[in-house]
Amino acid sequence: MASEKFVEIADVSLHFSGPQGTLAVEHLDMSVAAGELAAVVGPSGCGKSSLMKLVAGLVPPTRGTIEVGGVAVKGPLKVVGMAFQNPTLLPWRSTMENLMLPLQIVRPYRTRFKADLPQHEANARRLLERVGLGGFEDRFPWQLSGGMQQRASLCRALIHKPSLLMLDEPFGALDAFTREDLWDVLQAMWMAEKFTTILVTHDLHEAVYLADTVHVMSARPGKIVSTYRVDLPRPRNPETPFLAEFTDLVHTLREQIRKERAAAL
Amino acid sequence: MMQNKWLGRAMPYLTVLTMLVVWELICIVFAIPSFVLPRPSVVAVSLYQNFNTIWFHAERTLVTTLLGFGLAVIVGVVLGIVVGSSQLVYQGLYPVLVGFNSVPKVALVPLMVVWFGIGTVPAVLTAFMLSFFPIAVNIATGIATLEPELQDVLRSLGASRLDIISRVGLPRSLPYFFASLKISITLAFVGSVISETLASDRGIGTLVEQASANFKIPLVFAGLVVVATLGIAMYAIFAYIEKRMTHWATRTVEFGIGG
Repeated sequence: MASEKFVEIADVSLHFSGPQGTLAVEHLDMSVAAGELAAVVGPSGCGKSSLMKLVAGLVPPTRGTIEVGGVAVKGPLKVVGMAFQNPTLLPWRSTMENLMLPLQIVRPYRTRFKADLPQHEANARRLLERVGLGGFEDRFPWQLSGGMQQRASLCRALIHKPSLLMLDEPFGALDAFTREDLWDVLQAMWMAEKFTTILVTHDLHEAVYLADTVHVMSARPGKIVSTYRVDLPRPRNPETPFLAEFTDLVHTLREQIRKERAAAL
Repeated sequence: MMQNKWLGRAMPYLTVLTMLVVWELICIVFAIPSFVLPRPSVVAVSLYQNFNTIWFHAERTLVTTLLGFGLAVIVGVVLGIVVGSSQLVYQGLYPVLVGFNSVPKVALVPLMVVWFGIGTVPAVLTAFMLSFFPIAVNIATGIATLEPELQDVLRSLGASRLDIISRVGLPRSLPYFFASLKISITLAFVGSVISETLASDRGIGTLVEQASANFKIPLVFAGLVVVATLGIAMYAIFAYIEKRMTHWATRTVEFGIGG
């Protein structure tokens, strides 16, 4: 794995509604290597989602700098794929048409969209096949189960081959079995493509199962208080969570977050 | 189930029929003279006898209503997009719109006669003024209630405001739009008839006004029946288009969520 830094967050603070407003994050430092899968965990309301928006360039930091791919983030990045807890698929579009949405918006794809459509559709079909949605191209989102919608949402986040994938509790609303299936789906896709990924989650098992590094955030105003490397071999499988190394790390993380929550009270 | 379905289909007709029978009976039992409240059968005869005259006026009402309504759709959609996509415009314009909508349009008809003279223009404009508001409000609501997460997804792809509105905002507000069309078309009829009543030489409003001045009350009712029929027909057309265009909004879940 390349150790070159792809995302570099240096001393970033974010105030809501002006410098006197609520502090969402404060003095936040964090870096993610190219091709790395980084997880961010923390007590609820610690500013994890603010961190996502900051990195994606959707909100400017009040202080500090953020660099992605060596370039300072000044506005919305165009190399980012995003998925949230809510799949946010468009109900009037079929699964295939939903996957085409980013290609109708992102430059340079949009200018050649019509000409390249057959190729895009072939790519989309391959992607859907990989997440186990082969044959569901023409279904509408409301004809899919929650887990299937989330798979499609993941495909939509990846269709334009983003160099940075940002996931904000993408599996939070799913039942345990579906969630674990999707961990493996995500892991397999990540291992094949090695897109840099930031996964925001409050599920410690999920963080340890998927990530190369786990960053722990403090309660609001959020900052990174510690970072752990996860050296478990890949691909991780349903047996991995029963390894001593895995459970030890989950225990350590849980203890850390308990302390952070206590400090906030 | 089958029986219920057929009964459901027949219900509107049965309801109208029942009302007409009750109305007829009341008029007979209380011996109400037809220059006060004509029996439905008398209205029907009047409708039949004066059909050419009524149609002469109804045609004009239909045209002015549709013109005013068409104008309302164009203005309402544009206004809705602008108000729905900008918080600042929303804050600035909304009180003005609500204020304007609260003004009784009847009061504006004489003003428009001063500006445009007696005839079609005041009727078209009254129909327009009465019917654009629901369209604008509904389009604005559809655009303004876009999920913030979806906006984040789109903005992180480099989508411009125009992209967001055209790809997501407008398709998303289609169900709201069609709902508002059904309300607006009936309001447009109200508007044009009001204006014709006050200042026109042709139209159902004019006919009703003249007929009541001459105590031809059955003719008044015949005219109103025609307006109501036109309103129902237009409503049905838009309901049909709505069903075709926005099936995704009135979907039935085929298999459950979760899992």
